[in-house]
Amino acid sequence: MSEFAIETFDLTRNFNGFLAVDHVNIKIKKGELFGLLGPNGAGKTTMLNMLCTLLKPSAGTAKVNGFDIIDQASDVRKSIGIVFQDPSLDDRLTGRENLEMHAMLYGIGKEERERRINEVLKLVELEEKADLLVRTYSGGMKRRLEIARGLVHYPNVLFLDEPTLGLDPQTREHIWEYIEELKKKHAITIILTTHYMDEADRLCDRIGIIDHGKIIAIGTPNELKNKVGGDVIVIETKSKNVNKFEKLKFMGEVRITNNGILLNVKNGERLITKIVDFARKNRIKVDSISLRKPSLNDVFLHYTGRVIREEEVDGKELMRQRFLMRMRRGT
Amino acid sequence: MSEISAIYVIWLREVKRYVREKARVISSLAMPIFWIIIFGSGFSRFNIGMNVGYREFIFPGIVTMALLFTSIGSGVSVIWDREFGFLKEILVAPVSRTSILFGKMIGGSTVSVIQASILILLSFIVGIKLNFLIILRTLPLILLISMGLTALGLSIANFLEGHEGFQLIVNFIIMPMFLLSGALFPIEGLPAWLRNISLIDPVTYGVEALRWSILGTSNLPIGLSLGVLFIFMICMVIIGGIGFNRKK
Ligand SMILES: Nc1ncnc2c1ncn2[C@@H]1O[C@H](COP(=O)(O)OP(=O)(O)OP(=O)(O)O)[C@@H](O)[C@H]1O
Ligand SMILES: [Mg+2]
Repeated sequence: MSEFAIETFDLTRNFNGFLAVDHVNIKIKKGELFGLLGPNGAGKTTMLNMLCTLLKPSAGTAKVNGFDIIDQASDVRKSIGIVFQDPSLDDRLTGRENLEMHAMLYGIGKEERERRINEVLKLVELEEKADLLVRTYSGGMKRRLEIARGLVHYPNVLFLDEPTLGLDPQTREHIWEYIEELKKKHAITIILTTHYMDEADRLCDRIGIIDHGKIIAIGTPNELKNKVGGDVIVIETKSKNVNKFEKLKFMGEVRITNNGILLNVKNGERLITKIVDFARKNRIKVDSISLRKPSLNDVFLHYTGRVIREEEVDGKELMRQRFLMRMRRGT
Repeated sequence: MSEISAIYVIWLREVKRYVREKARVISSLAMPIFWIIIFGSGFSRFNIGMNVGYREFIFPGIVTMALLFTSIGSGVSVIWDREFGFLKEILVAPVSRTSILFGKMIGGSTVSVIQASILILLSFIVGIKLNFLIILRTLPLILLISMGLTALGLSIANFLEGHEGFQLIVNFIIMPMFLLSGALFPIEGLPAWLRNISLIDPVTYGVEALRWSILGTSNLPIGLSLGVLFIFMICMVIIGGIGFNRKK
């Protein structure tokens, strides 16, 4: 057996000429918690759909748990559990019935089934609600039930597609704790997609940043941040002369954002006074200057020249998220 | 082994969902009963030229109507599974598409057989005297008819993108199939061109077969009706299967 839970070989998917996933080659080790981080439309879901055999690649292939996703689809399916991005519960059945049905689809015998169902219900703290119809669940409860369902058959590889999308901060925190617990207690490989930087940063052993269907950077959160370089200086200003800051290029990378300037520099502490002098000399009114270590946001900016958040809040996506939340709440 | 348990699970889900929706159960029974009472009374003096009265005559037709609506409805309900995401959960499980299709088909048929059986037990309303033999030969027939129609519903679902198409199916498939089937009048009375259309409507054979089994009299030979119904079912299973396997 290979040491990898997932290996992709030029994995590609083309939708009528549009490359949603573009020659992706990644290797994910067994037991790893791997994050696919990218903005809306980057190709995360498309990639998972191929890895879980719901969608055929247009070119290339991949191995999941040592099985080929094209030729050994059935073995791949036995090896994986998945929590889809969009809701996929039967809300006319109870939570327990959803789990029972799932366990039977995976050929688990009656006694074992009961034991495992109680076990996963306990993990996601839904024991008391298990016999209520799923329509009466809150969004977070539905999400937790889906996670429980993905685990009932003890998969070797678990896919979580945006597990906390549209959930409130407390529920997100809760779900993160389950994921951390899973990783600690079980020898399970988890692949998680997200466009939340904090989620990727907190949970993942390694992160692959995906944009326009391509993996543009890969590594541990720290490795990725170190690639951006020492420090980030944020200068807030409403001045129309912000462009003058371009002259600071000798210090490091300079980017103009909506409300000021971002500088990627080494030894930021020593440069602040120079920046203040520069601003005064050029008569630019500065509201604030702050210094911080780079975040994954800066990493994304470094590689793509864009902020991941900008795309997140376009109108269409907002509508979609509200729709999803409503579906989860079942109203 | 797990294929059989998969068929069972999918069957069980259909039945549970049906039994749980009281409104659906009641309305699916009330509709045909209204038809029998109102239509049967309104046309009670209509002479259909057979040795049974009009209310008895339309009874098998109304049972077939119930089968038609419920079975096609069950088949088409995959669209909802697709739309609400549940289908993905089934498709990603390690079971074959064929088992999924069979589970859906048997589940949908079970629901319509339950419903048709209740109607048949109520046939005393129109003065039909049931006996054991009638029930024994009618049950397999309604199973055969509903399997074909459920598979038709599943086949149609493959062509529909969203649930908006459902009303279209009712207006352009279910209603014409019902009205042309001779459920409400003997097709002998129709002009030749219409009668020919009736003869390619599989529901016609369902109605005739049920007339044979419930009333003991029919215009078409039972052998022919059985043959057509059987071939129809096989064709629908194949078409539904191909479509289902092709669609993700
Ligand atoms: N069935 C399809 N037909 C045509 N285009 C598609 C299809 N599925 C996805 N796409 C396109 O492929 C691209 C990638 O979509 P995908 O759903 O994989 O993105 P994502 O990274 O999961 O985004 P999100 O964060 O919004 O979930 C998008 O531009 C999308 O429009
Ligand atoms: Mg997605």
